[in-house]
Amino acid sequence: MKLDNIYQEEKKSNFAKVAEIIITMASRPSGFIGLSILIFHVVLAFISPYIAPYDFKAINPTLMLQAPSAEYWFGTDDLGRDVFTRTILGGRTALTITFFGSLIALLWGGLLGIFCGLVGGKTDDIVMRIVDAFLSIPWILAMLLIVSLLGTSTEVLIPALGFFYGKGIVRVARAATHDVIAKDFIVSARARGHSNFSIIWNEIIPNVRDAILVEGAMRWSWMLLGFSSLSFLGFGVSPPTPDWGLMISNARGLMSFAYWSVIAPIVGLSSLIIGINLTADAFAKALGIDRSTKAPV
Amino acid sequence: MIEIIQKVKNLSIGFKSKKGEEILILRNITTNIKKGETVGIVGESGSGKSTLALAMMGYVKHGLYTIGGECEFNSSNLLKMKNRDLEKIRGRKIAMIPQNAGQALTPNLKIGYQIDEALQLHSDLKEEEREQKISELLNKVRLPSPETIALRYPHELSGGQQQRVAVAMALAGTPDLLLLDEPTTGLDVTTQAHVLELLNFIAKDTGTSMVYVSHDLGAIAQVSDRIIVMYSGEIVLEGPSRDILKKPIHPYTYGLLKSIPKLSLAGLPQSMPGSQPQPGTMHRGCSFFDRCNFSEEKCKNNSPQLEYLEELKTSIRCFNYKSLMNDSQVNQTVNKIKTSLQDKEILNLSEVSISYAKQKLLDQVLNRISDDNPTVKDININIKKGETIALVGESGSGKSTILKSIAGLLRTKGGIIKFDQDRNLSSDLKERDPNDLRIIQLIFQNPDESLNPNHTVEEIIAQPLKLYFGLKGEELKKNIIDLLQKVRLGEFYMSRYPRQLSGGEKQRVAVARAFAAKPDIILCDEVTSALDVSVQAAVLNLLQQLKEDFGTTYIFVSHDLAVVRAISDRVAVLYQGRLCEVGPSKDVYQFPSHPYTEVLLGAVLEPDPDIKPKLVAEDIVEEKPPQKGCSFQGRCSRILGDICKNEIPPWQITNSGNSIRCHIPLKELQKDQIN
Repeated sequence: MKLDNIYQEEKKSNFAKVAEIIITMASRPSGFIGLSILIFHVVLAFISPYIAPYDFKAINPTLMLQAPSAEYWFGTDDLGRDVFTRTILGGRTALTITFFGSLIALLWGGLLGIFCGLVGGKTDDIVMRIVDAFLSIPWILAMLLIVSLLGTSTEVLIPALGFFYGKGIVRVARAATHDVIAKDFIVSARARGHSNFSIIWNEIIPNVRDAILVEGAMRWSWMLLGFSSLSFLGFGVSPPTPDWGLMISNARGLMSFAYWSVIAPIVGLSSLIIGINLTADAFAKALGIDRSTKAPV
Repeated sequence: MIEIIQKVKNLSIGFKSKKGEEILILRNITTNIKKGETVGIVGESGSGKSTLALAMMGYVKHGLYTIGGECEFNSSNLLKMKNRDLEKIRGRKIAMIPQNAGQALTPNLKIGYQIDEALQLHSDLKEEEREQKISELLNKVRLPSPETIALRYPHELSGGQQQRVAVAMALAGTPDLLLLDEPTTGLDVTTQAHVLELLNFIAKDTGTSMVYVSHDLGAIAQVSDRIIVMYSGEIVLEGPSRDILKKPIHPYTYGLLKSIPKLSLAGLPQSMPGSQPQPGTMHRGCSFFDRCNFSEEKCKNNSPQLEYLEELKTSIRCFNYKSLMNDSQVNQTVNKIKTSLQDKEILNLSEVSISYAKQKLLDQVLNRISDDNPTVKDININIKKGETIALVGESGSGKSTILKSIAGLLRTKGGIIKFDQDRNLSSDLKERDPNDLRIIQLIFQNPDESLNPNHTVEEIIAQPLKLYFGLKGEELKKNIIDLLQKVRLGEFYMSRYPRQLSGGEKQRVAVARAFAAKPDIILCDEVTSALDVSVQAAVLNLLQQLKEDFGTTYIFVSHDLAVVRAISDRVAVLYQGRLCEVGPSKDVYQFPSHPYTEVLLGAVLEPDPDIKPKLVAEDIVEEKPPQKGCSFQGRCSRILGDICKNEIPPWQITNSGNSIRCHIPLKELQKDQIN
């Protein structure tokens, strides 16, 4: 019995698999653009402290609200700080906090969702009602409460954001688990007497991993927007740390005569969000999951 | 001269692979459909038979495209027509009946409305006339009381009734050509026979030409005048139905007919080696070369052309058909199954009953059993070590339910499951210890679902070995290779994923996984029904071989009575979750003494135009077992009267050890059936 070449696939290493997915993503124009923007932002976040032309907190009253010039590419803000410096540095905190926040969201949301999908019954009912109850609380109010009680340090923001954005992932992971749970290979593993842990780890996770990862990537961009909203309201990072949300909030009153101080952070924030969204979509398509048919939870 | 209504000329359909290669699904198909004839298209999955049927109504599946050739209907090429013009033909001139009528009907519209819609689209009748026509159509497809059926929703009908509605809808436009894509595949044996009989009647009554696509030679044999055998996207044999089934001159058809289990033969048929090549993998030579018993050197490099034999009115694609022509009466030889039956009892079910109904709260509190009419009731079976016992019955007869409870996947309501005479097995997994779990293993119907798509074959087989025996490293690998060899797969399969295997290979991996646990009992749930006919025999032979080697006991669930006949030592017939008859398969099949067994066996379709199914009972489906009396009272043609309705029939035991549960005295039962 022989199989011909086009049906023959060798077992690939994990690295090769990831590389293949990235190549597939980049082969689509939208995926290529998304990936480029995302990579650009990530690289910038790493190198910006070394390439920033000015000190981000140096206040200079004589340079207030300068228009863009050869010296100050994006102009200066109301305290005379360089907008370019603050813009390239402004994504660092947001990216770091939301990246780790998304990881936490993925981890707890994904695992709880899979667990609920697997065990079903009363446990599932109770957990899901609690999740629903949390979904019904406006997240921004709850976040404000948490930060005002516990402060705005990174150690508070990451788990708090991770918690609030993980709720949606619970539902997605649970639904994805329901798709595979009825398949005979799960029944077969159960009948053999594997433990719940082993079933989750060996049988379910490999089959729902893709769906959850894509959902996590989408949550990342939403969380970024959420975090910036917090900063905008003054509950994210504290001044003088450069942050897009904070910068938009500070400069919004000056929009009519010093548009540069608000445009730059807006472009920074929206391009990053678009980049992550496009990447997530391309990622989903490369994995063969079409998000267009799924409604966001 | 007979009018030709559909001409297929040099049709090739294919798709582009990722690498840009053109891969052909259909290769140079040329055939004609004459007016009033029924043509059966038969082939394995992937042979292109459905693609051909769809092309006949001018439809090419998404992703595929026409590479060359044409489908001519009423002297216009359907494949080049605009959608608007096609709409005028589809439904009116050419109608299609889908495989799964339940899914083809809109669930939230009443049957009458849906037929009315079809009439509005495909006929010029006025509103008053349409109403008349609806009941006429429903009458024609023999649905009882058309007026009430028209007011029902699809889910309120049984599978057979839904299929009839689909036939009625197809007939709404009085088409010249009816395409049927596996129309009876999802139906029960008895229903299947009834629907086929209806189709035969309609073909004669309306003079409509039919194209009947199926993998089942048994069904094809009952309806078609002419048969087209497809293999790997080509027509390999085309000719009058009787000649093809009785004297197949193509090696593929010959082998296929030899590998189908028949009711009249006890024992396993010979299997055909290998599997059909995947589309795109054929380059040179005859596509059947690898599996052919009659192949020669020239078959390897030259592809045979379709040759028309005037004297037989048959077209054939083979170089060596002459060697088959002289001696091609299919003399089916079977490998008699050896029974390794021992006297030791290995599994005992006594008074087992299972219910799907949820317990009422009050009953839960009082800890009493609330459902007095459970889905499965009074199951008493002793299973001996080394025997193969088959549970047969229609869907809903509870055969899979019983299997699940034995496996510990479904709680029983009452009764005891005993292993090895002394060990009680709980019907709940959590209460079984690991060894109890090891001794019973399952093989499922569909290997696509029972193998994790993200695991390699190695990982799949390693699971039970690690779990039960804690094997690691070299020893684990050695055991896996050993198991793969036992199921006749090479070592190189270890790194493959299930999607890279054919259906038969996947099922072998599933078998290997079950045997990895060194079980005493293997539960086989319809293990061959998802497989192609040519592969089915090979898997059955493998199971039999393994059983002889290991002395395993099989509990075999199947709806296919011919398969059961081939492999089992004993048969238990179930109806509505109640046992009707238990006995050695030889006796059950020879003197089907219980009226229900008689119905079941009568409805089996054999690939022989001379054997017509006997339709004894109606094919209505009962949703719930009756509260009292015999479970089969609703459909029994030999019902005695009140006694059947009120009293549970007693077990009667024949001389040969066959137990029958019926009120009719044994002598009478057998006498009537012999006549």
